[in-house]
Amino acid sequence: MSAKEEILSRITSALRDAPTAEPIPREYRTTSDMPQAELVTLLVDRLEDYKAHVDVVDSAQLSATIAERLKGATSFVVPHGIDEAWLADAMPNGDARRRIDVPGAVLSVTELDNTDAVLTSSAVSIAESGTIVLDGSGDQGRRAISLVPDHHVCVVPMSTIVRLLPEALPRMDITRPLTWISGPSATSDIELERVEGVHGPRQLDVIIVKGL
Amino acid sequence: MSNVFMGMPSLPVFGDGNLHIDEPFPAAAHRELGNTQMRANLRHATHTIRDKRLKVVGELPDWEELRDAGAATKNQVMANLPALLEEFEKNFTARGGIIHWARDADEANRIVSDLIKEQDTDEVVKVKSMATQEIGLNEYLEEQGISAFETDLAELIVQLGHDKPSHILVPAIHKNRTEVRDIFLAEMPNVDPNLTDEPRLLAMAAREHLRRKFLSAKVAVSGANFALADSGTLAVVESEGNGRMCLTLPETLITVMGIEKLLPGKEDLEVFMQLLPRSSTGERMNPYTSLWTGVTEGDGPQNVHLVMLDNGRTAALADKYGRTALNCIRCSACMNVCPVYERTGGHAYGSTYPGPIGAILTPLLTGIKSEENSSLPYASSLCGACYDACPVKINIPEILVHLRGEDVDSKRGENKLPSQMDLMMKGAQWAFSSGKNLGLLEKGLPLGKLAAGRDKKIKRLPGIAAGWTQSRDIPAPPAQSFRDWWKKDHRPAAATTEQEK
Ligand code: SF4
Repeated sequence: MSAKEEILSRITSALRDAPTAEPIPREYRTTSDMPQAELVTLLVDRLEDYKAHVDVVDSAQLSATIAERLKGATSFVVPHGIDEAWLADAMPNGDARRRIDVPGAVLSVTELDNTDAVLTSSAVSIAESGTIVLDGSGDQGRRAISLVPDHHVCVVPMSTIVRLLPEALPRMDITRPLTWISGPSATSDIELERVEGVHGPRQLDVIIVKGL
Repeated sequence: MSNVFMGMPSLPVFGDGNLHIDEPFPAAAHRELGNTQMRANLRHATHTIRDKRLKVVGELPDWEELRDAGAATKNQVMANLPALLEEFEKNFTARGGIIHWARDADEANRIVSDLIKEQDTDEVVKVKSMATQEIGLNEYLEEQGISAFETDLAELIVQLGHDKPSHILVPAIHKNRTEVRDIFLAEMPNVDPNLTDEPRLLAMAAREHLRRKFLSAKVAVSGANFALADSGTLAVVESEGNGRMCLTLPETLITVMGIEKLLPGKEDLEVFMQLLPRSSTGERMNPYTSLWTGVTEGDGPQNVHLVMLDNGRTAALADKYGRTALNCIRCSACMNVCPVYERTGGHAYGSTYPGPIGAILTPLLTGIKSEENSSLPYASSLCGACYDACPVKINIPEILVHLRGEDVDSKRGENKLPSQMDLMMKGAQWAFSSGKNLGLLEKGLPLGKLAAGRDKKIKRLPGIAAGWTQSRDIPAPPAQSFRDWWKKDHRPAAATTEQEK
């Protein structure tokens, strides 16, 4: 008998009293009617609590804000699907600082490690817990690019913000590689005190964009 | 084991690995109680986390509804486990993942070690996993000439300190910052000799130490917090980014997961990802959660394996009064609120799983007859704090009482009652050594009411008295113990006990 058959047979035997389980009560909140302005305020509050830096801007200011956030970086990586217009102000003197990660021509881990920052968009954000979800789409890139560089600049279009996790899950394609980010990397392993910045990006800048 | 036939009832097959304690709980607890530094560290840490948890739980108006959904979901999973496991395997495999089944610790260790050797490497990076700790994977790999590097900060502290974990979420909770610094100075190659004990600098030292390993590792070993049957998706919940490193950069990823970790589908994540972070680190959400479904071309590991582990889980499932222990999502809230854990620490429980959950899960996995583990169900005052804190509402005190009964039954069969008597005496010693301890014990009284049926008679008593109740029913105890009544009616006495809270 294979290990699988044997384990399944043990389970069947363990359940011979045929336990019946009650249906799952879903009485918790699954929808919210919080106005968009309040959603933004809530998300900002949560992200700042995690020690992320947050800008809230109109779409016309986006390019300038990105340039400001990337000011200190000697190099930055973008996924191939990022909107070129976002980078207009960040590259006044040509694109020497920019590295594009393209499927089929990806940057090596060492190249990523030698890159100061990364700019991505995001798929959906949950205001109540301050969580931003990346799903590997063209404007977010494969997981390694938003992990290895030490500084992540992440754009959150206002239309992608919801209040509750149950509102966010239907917007996620669960079979894509998903990364849920709630602040910069942190640890509470020493005396349970939270310290920001361990192996993931130590600096997280979020740009929430109205009208996007 | 090969004489077990499909569909025929079989005897439970218990687990092995780092589950068997070396000495009975009372003896170990007695020794650990002498470690005052550890007790001070623990007290500080558990109180910090308790306050954080209460704050973020209080923010949610629907916390109780989430707990109800969480408990019901896990009961559903256990009742439908075979179908869900098949569904998960089908979906995970369809997306390019490879599943292995392991009956016990030894089989799981061999599978993982063979997979690593296929990749021609003698090093792996690991992200914290209770399952691999339970099966003793690191020790096994070492025998095979493979070095396993723990990458979670707390696990790193434990590994470098040649120590044992004492908490499931924060395995180095028993060490304070100064002790951590001393371990780093002694054990970390190339560490800055001027390293101070500031937690931020200690975290930075760990980052330096592990960075090269992450960027060059060919194989990673992980655990998993959840597995979604309807999509074949796995989830790892973490804080530091070491999990993301392990799950993203190496070419080969081997995940070891107990068969009880399944959830029916995506919708269930909305419950568990609210319950887990708030209960464990007391945060609204943990910094990073990674989800992957088999292999994604061009993103992350292309050689993806999952080892599904039994190791006594089916035996726990066979105990109809104890099976809800498998609903545990390893948040650690029960140990953070436990008055016994706070004083004895995690090492006294001697198993991978300490605290209230360990006191029930360990003997359920190994069998109560497993010599010293039978003392674990006595490692509790039955105060009920663990039940109140548990996000999936596992009634730990009730299962403790049930297991004590099992223990007595099995010992009576083997004429081993004196040894239990021994334990009782040690228990009594502890109880009577201070009025506070006795008070804790007496809080167990309302439980006696629970054990009693509607007719207010107790049909079966736990522990040594079980033999006596076999032939007669006794009236349930009063809802209020004498000391409780005294406290309520004699104000001054109450003031002195309150401050200990
Ligand atoms: S028993 Fe409940 S409280 Fe304890 S670790 Fe498991 S889920 Fe958390």
